[in-house]
Amino acid sequence: MTERTQSIPRLVAVYLALLCLLTLTAVSTALPVGWWATPISLVIAFAKAFLIANFFMNLRGQPGIVRVFAAAGLFWLLILLVLSASDFFTRAWLG
Amino acid sequence: MNTAPTPSLPAAYGDKRQRDLANHLGMWTFIATEVLFFGGLFLAYFIYRITYPAAFAAGSHTLSFWRGTINTAVLITSSLTMALGDVYIKRGNRAALRNCVIATASLGILFLAIKASEYHEMYAKHLVPGLPFDSWVSPPMQLFVFLYFAMTGLHAAHMLIGLGLMAWLLRLNQHGRLTAAQHAPVEMFGLYWHFVDCVWVFLYPLLYLIPVLK
Repeated sequence: MTERTQSIPRLVAVYLALLCLLTLTAVSTALPVGWWATPISLVIAFAKAFLIANFFMNLRGQPGIVRVFAAAGLFWLLILLVLSASDFFTRAWLG
Repeated sequence: MNTAPTPSLPAAYGDKRQRDLANHLGMWTFIATEVLFFGGLFLAYFIYRITYPAAFAAGSHTLSFWRGTINTAVLITSSLTMALGDVYIKRGNRAALRNCVIATASLGILFLAIKASEYHEMYAKHLVPGLPFDSWVSPPMQLFVFLYFAMTGLHAAHMLIGLGLMAWLLRLNQHGRLTAAQHAPVEMFGLYWHFVDCVWVFLYPLLYLIPVLK
């Protein structure tokens, strides 16, 4: 396996980055952004999940096929959400 | 402690590299099913949140911002200690692995204790599905409360399973069954634990941080 070994300083740096993102989320609730608050906090959540998956779960050190399997999980989630939402949001069109 | 010999490779695998790949593919397939398991609840959440934004904001404000925020920090920290445990066992350091797993489990218990205090507060406010709600809790707000318990309850169940698996890891380690060459249980459990962390990273803003819109 061409697995890249993890370095402890890098893991600690990722941890500190995650805490910064958490602080950013918490502080952003005080901003007068109205409706945008949830999209902003979700973007930060995706950034956190990206860091966790790539470094703590070491996806970046895995062969391509493992990363494809991980992406497949997200792809199927997208199918679940998008197809269901397309039904839900178009029901009114039928009167 | 006695050191057990490294078990030989099962006949199904040509070499260690192939076994490691099979481990990772199997675990990520399992995680994909878990993503869809939680995904159904997230879908229900989004549909009702968009339908009843005001009731969901009111429901969110019955939760404690600080409990959610502190619990996020606790869980992120437990992910770090688990990731460190994986590094240490790959270097053959079993004592450090034990300390890391104990730290991870302790943080997991702290998370569940904070969650239990929140559940208790919800109970005291009569905000538990199945018990009669007070008249100020509108039916859409009851939906929020139901989703809150379903999502955090499913998440907490995963944490409890994780605590059980960590007890198993500690036992394996105590018997010398985890070594630099034989670290797969630690690595695979780590993937599970980090995934549970990821789920919380999304639950935190969606349940605790719903803005009140004018």
